[in-house]
Amino acid sequence: MSQINRLSGGQVNADQPLKFKFDGKSFTGQQGDTLASALLANGVRLMGRSFKYHRPRGVLTAGSEEPNALVELRDDARQEPNTRATTVELFDGLTAKSQNRLGPLQFDLLAINDRFSNFLTAGFYYKTFMWPAAFWEKIYEPIIRHAAGLGSLSLQEDPDVYDKGFLHCDLLIIGAGPAGLAAALTAGRSGAQVILADEDFRMGGRLNCETFALGDQSGADWADSVIAELASLPNVRVMPRTTIIGAFDHGIYGAVERISDHKLVPDAGKPRQILWRIYTKRTVLAAGAIERPIAFENNDRPGIMLASAIRTYANRFAVAADQRVAIFTNNDDGHRTAQDLYAKGVKISAVVDVRPDAPRSMDYEVLSGEVIDTKGRLGLTFAEVRLADGSLRTLECGALGVSGGWNPNVHMTCHQRGRPTWNDALAAFVPGGTLPQGMTVAGAANGDMTTTGALKTGAAAARAALKDLGLTAKTIKLPQAEDTPVAIKPFWYVAGCSRAWLDQQNDVTVKDVKLSHQEGFRSVEHLKRYTTLGMATDQGKTSNMGGLAIMAELAGKTIPDVGTTIFRPPYTPTSIGVLAGRHRGQEFHPKRLTPSHKWATEQGAVFVEVGNWLRAQWFPRAGETTWRESVDREVLATRKSVGVCDVTTLGKVDVQGTDAAAFLNKIYCNAFAKLDVGKTRYGLMLREDGIAKDDGTAARLAEDHFVVTTTTANALPVYRHMEFVRQCLLPDMDVQLISTTEAWAQYAIAGPNSRALLQKIVDPDTDISNAVFPFMACANITVCGGLRARLFRISFSGELAYEIAVPTAYGDAMIRKIMEVGAEFDVTAYGTEALGVMRIEKGHAAGNELNGTTTAQNLGMGRMVSKTKDSIGSKLSEREGLNAAGDLRQVGIRPVNPADPVPAGAHLMNADGPVDAAHDQGYVTSACFSPNLGHAIALGFLKDGDTRLGEVMRLVSPLNGFATTVEIVSAHFIDPEGERLRA
Amino acid sequence: MHNLKSITALGGTESRIDAFTHITIAENDGVALASVAARLGKEKKCHTILKKLLGAVPEAGRAQLHDPEAGFWMGPDQWMIGAPRATHELLADDLKGRFGDTASVTEQTGAWVCFDITGPAMPDFCERLCAVPIRQMVAGDARRTVIHHLGCFVIRRETDDHIRILGARASTQTLHHALIITAKAMA
Repeated sequence: MSQINRLSGGQVNADQPLKFKFDGKSFTGQQGDTLASALLANGVRLMGRSFKYHRPRGVLTAGSEEPNALVELRDDARQEPNTRATTVELFDGLTAKSQNRLGPLQFDLLAINDRFSNFLTAGFYYKTFMWPAAFWEKIYEPIIRHAAGLGSLSLQEDPDVYDKGFLHCDLLIIGAGPAGLAAALTAGRSGAQVILADEDFRMGGRLNCETFALGDQSGADWADSVIAELASLPNVRVMPRTTIIGAFDHGIYGAVERISDHKLVPDAGKPRQILWRIYTKRTVLAAGAIERPIAFENNDRPGIMLASAIRTYANRFAVAADQRVAIFTNNDDGHRTAQDLYAKGVKISAVVDVRPDAPRSMDYEVLSGEVIDTKGRLGLTFAEVRLADGSLRTLECGALGVSGGWNPNVHMTCHQRGRPTWNDALAAFVPGGTLPQGMTVAGAANGDMTTTGALKTGAAAARAALKDLGLTAKTIKLPQAEDTPVAIKPFWYVAGCSRAWLDQQNDVTVKDVKLSHQEGFRSVEHLKRYTTLGMATDQGKTSNMGGLAIMAELAGKTIPDVGTTIFRPPYTPTSIGVLAGRHRGQEFHPKRLTPSHKWATEQGAVFVEVGNWLRAQWFPRAGETTWRESVDREVLATRKSVGVCDVTTLGKVDVQGTDAAAFLNKIYCNAFAKLDVGKTRYGLMLREDGIAKDDGTAARLAEDHFVVTTTTANALPVYRHMEFVRQCLLPDMDVQLISTTEAWAQYAIAGPNSRALLQKIVDPDTDISNAVFPFMACANITVCGGLRARLFRISFSGELAYEIAVPTAYGDAMIRKIMEVGAEFDVTAYGTEALGVMRIEKGHAAGNELNGTTTAQNLGMGRMVSKTKDSIGSKLSEREGLNAAGDLRQVGIRPVNPADPVPAGAHLMNADGPVDAAHDQGYVTSACFSPNLGHAIALGFLKDGDTRLGEVMRLVSPLNGFATTVEIVSAHFIDPEGERLRA
Repeated sequence: MHNLKSITALGGTESRIDAFTHITIAENDGVALASVAARLGKEKKCHTILKKLLGAVPEAGRAQLHDPEAGFWMGPDQWMIGAPRATHELLADDLKGRFGDTASVTEQTGAWVCFDITGPAMPDFCERLCAVPIRQMVAGDARRTVIHHLGCFVIRRETDDHIRILGARASTQTLHHALIITAKAMA
């Protein structure tokens, strides 16, 4: 099909034809076209189907406020639903499909919904699908889900990359129309750091769409020359294709820059879009205004558009919406469309103006009256007009431009809960209340509807902003421009209609708003929820005002009394991909690798995520077919000879200062003040409420120097807690904290041969014999011929064990050295699973036991809470409720039948009696198979558990029907006397 | 002399350099680090020693780009001191000797990875990477920021096209990945 509606001129390049497909059919457009303008140029008015009734719909607007012309853009994995044809920059090879249809667009089978519109009015879904109840899940919901929504997702992974970035400026200018350009020119020439952003790919705003002159240039040419100058200034960043999506706290704005959306595929490695966070000191909002339609019977046929959109298509895109156009307006601006089209040779059927004193024309007929209905199955053919004298008139037309006035684009002014105020002269809301920090509004966005007004207020806003910042603003010479005020008579809808569309995206009619009122919804927010007016991709940019006006009329209120709904970011639909940026897939969150990671990878270790850390879970060997085989081997080898495990991930906090010991005395519930230098002590930290917070060790390396260890999971929270205590609770203490978790590579070396192994590493001047370096000793030492290191004799496994730390850069070499010198002892690397098994065998509490609900008493450590000093949580740990009879106590659990499992999470019940929550006796926290004992073992909490050792109980898991018999035993399955670790 | 060989934060025996036409990302394995925090009531003495060491006491948001020791502000009365690792392997011990009981000194060399970013596109690169106001920063400005969820320091060095990034060593690969994809996205 040739471009039958293509005019001459405009800002498209006829020498650059672009081929594209819509619904499989090939078309040609021109460089500078949008998909919508190219389709219109080719005579395509029908572009989609409506949301609920599947009525034929065409383009309504020429901008991002478009409710109707939504398409699925591109194919396969790049298919993007609900894309506005009015903002899609045409490129060669573009493919698009209409959406929300069953069958061809012209014969959508779901159009039958329109026949049942009486049953599908606003809120019908609140009143139907009530019975039979069983139908909901199996019938109603699947059908509704299938029918709901607009476009469809490809369900394939997005192949494109998205980026993010951060910009800083003195002045952010939102919108590059006349006001924005005047502001940018003023601030740019004055030397301020300026960002000028506009969502359009061609900057200039309405200057590109009008025939007004600015000085001796056309508006578009003036805009081009200004943008060229701005682009040449090093202090100005010109950002076309960039939508400011939200105004956030403290002068921060979100912006989406479309880098590659105008290309078939992004250039290799280049992002499709960038999410910018803009930090600005001041902002000029120059976002213009959006024309609003008038509601009348069948006002949604393809070909019925906003009058300004028809003008934009003609002037900017050189496209006639049709060869025969009528206008329906309540203001002077509608007449401009007729004048411009007439000048381009388009037949004007008539201008219908609701005002009796409408301006007349010598070139075409101007009628006083109202459009009361339209005709045309898949596109407009006729408009029915009721003239002021009551007579009827039929106008033949393929396009009808509707103008109900202009709404200043106040959206961004309200993102911090500011509420706009009503302007009677414009019959529209203008910015009001508290604007986002540092924001001023200029041009049409502020209600200055003439070009001269926009230029002047834009420049003035920039000057004021710069003055505010202490910068000197230059005065620029603004060109002469039109300065004609627009007269308007508020007119929202034609009375007596049965189906007059307010919100074309959500199929909301005037009647629906009336129904909502009739059913008692008085708040505008309730109206929105009940009718869906103003929802979805356009957020009611062309429909909200109509709804408010009708609501006001019904309630007998003024429009400002009705108020607006809350405006929220994003301003236009924003892809989830650009919000995620680079953080997707494997890069969703950072990874932390242990110093032995490279070596462990070489050993074929299986890794587990522990927070962001990747820890070796076990080290499979040839012939081992299950993880249990590997873990059992690691446990047995460690207890038999020696094993090594990377424990770098445990938090380490360097605590120094003359009050370091006193500080730890406050942090831990047990005593630390008198801990000798060279000794380590287990410490239990309580929350303020007396619940156990974390446990670990504190090693005293000097009188004024401790190293505190935390659990891996709590490394950050504990450090934060300690800093809070230091800065806020104990600011008079001389204590300094800093994390050293990553500064040291730390390895646990456990097993009866651990000392023998270490003696091959530790330099000879350090005596690590039991007599000189006993259990819980610590020291700064040297290893391997002089490398500084720290040695701690502590044990999580219950074996004779040490932890040795070296600077992280030597961590890789150290693990290799340990494995090398340990070969004669069959040293075995073990992972977190074996670590877990050994600590359960030893009865050591870990995260499963310190689960945020347990106390020191529950853990069997009640006596650790010192009564002779004050520490965080100690007082509240004495609460009656935490010390009642029947409290939980940590116990060991083993199956009566050794072959039975003991699953974690299962609950303990008395041997006899009911199995229910009321008779719950306790629960299993940690469980494993003990290769040393040959059966499952577990730790858990049991009411009065310390007095019930030997009791046989039932262990149940009602969720899956599990039940077995267990015996309550000591939590210390291995070496309960602690002889091994003191050996 | 001990017999253990260190590796770089990226796991190599040599520092890695990724050179693009517009930007160069160089792992810098040659920086020794130690933190210095003034003891309560001894701040003035600590400042005096710090000034003697660096030429000035770095204020909030600033680094003192001194040779061989340099330092930047990390928090109230807390600084990170850096020096060439080749000559200052035992920097923390050395500093403890200088500061005595006026400050708490903690070795930090192993806790950090250091990347030097150079090239004409450095400001553009930085804007895509983190929220520091790179075009307003001058030599010696040091900012704490977040790169790909990782807490980092960004220090503007003497030459206009050079920044140094300090990040947590355990997350070196993540940080490096973020640097590389940013460079590629701009190529």
